[in-house]
Amino acid sequence: MRGADALAALHAALRLVAYNGVNSPHSEHLQAPADWAVFLVGGAFILAGALGVVTLRNPVHCALFLVITLFGVAIEFIDLNADFLAAVQIIVYAGAIVILFLFVIMFLGVDRKERVAAERFPLQRPLALLLGLGVFILILVLTAVTGNWTTGAHSLSGSLGSPSSPTGGAQGDVARLGQAIYTRYLLPFEMTSALLVIAIVAAVVLARSRHRVAGELSSEEQAAIQHSAEVTR
Amino acid sequence: MRVPAEWYLVVALMLFVIGATGLLIRRNILVMFMCVELMLNAVNLTFVTFSRTLNDISGQAAVFFVLVVAAAEVVVGLGIIVAIFRRRAEATADDVHILKG
Repeated sequence: MRGADALAALHAALRLVAYNGVNSPHSEHLQAPADWAVFLVGGAFILAGALGVVTLRNPVHCALFLVITLFGVAIEFIDLNADFLAAVQIIVYAGAIVILFLFVIMFLGVDRKERVAAERFPLQRPLALLLGLGVFILILVLTAVTGNWTTGAHSLSGSLGSPSSPTGGAQGDVARLGQAIYTRYLLPFEMTSALLVIAIVAAVVLARSRHRVAGELSSEEQAAIQHSAEVTR
Repeated sequence: MRVPAEWYLVVALMLFVIGATGLLIRRNILVMFMCVELMLNAVNLTFVTFSRTLNDISGQAAVFFVLVVAAAEVVVGLGIIVAIFRRRAEATADDVHILKG
């Protein structure tokens, strides 16, 4: 119950940030600039964070800039009326995954430097930049030539609600998303639970020290215990 | 008047290209892993954008599953990285070209 309350409060706060009063009926004309402002702020967050992740040397700084990018993606989700996904994005990505990254960075030591001088393939950096720029321009040109961003048919799993209302209905997208997941996508949903259990077991197996069973003491520790027992006697 | 879907797709494209380029440029395995997360987020953004454009909830359901799979992938991947770095001192990807146990 407390989790649901916290989620509702977060949802209200995010909604307040995104639609700062523009949902009241007498301020309908403010809708368009507010949408664009939210989009531009989110896009600036995304691109600044992504460039920071790619360019900065220190892995800790990279992880913190990753948080900025994930926050920007959450802002864009709110602009796209995907409230539940925005909240989950903040909680799961910024709250869990980046913390896990930071734990591993601290665990391994932050002073590890990249050996830039020891490149095995000297042309890799310019070629990678060229490839990235080429793919970017190629996709832009192709979509500009064909003029089609979206093709294909609709799925049968339900609509988002009336497109005129900004929240997609009175209950927002949470109810519709839950309905889709628990009816049409029930089998994949159950499979994700199995996937999470497998991931937990895999993490325990991988992180466990290989040469020691749980509860077993190494020979040095046994010798130290014996030594201390002899000293106290 | 909402923001047209093309703008979101361009932002997602830029994010994906930055992530892919970073994956090719960087040598630190942890930062390469973060670049994979950037690319996953770009795809999530396109999913939600198409979900709004086509007025279809299945795009958002796909993002939900991508989030779960990304969480599991991060857990297993970081476990592998920790297991590798227990044995080796260097944090660059070229040093793990021999996957011997």
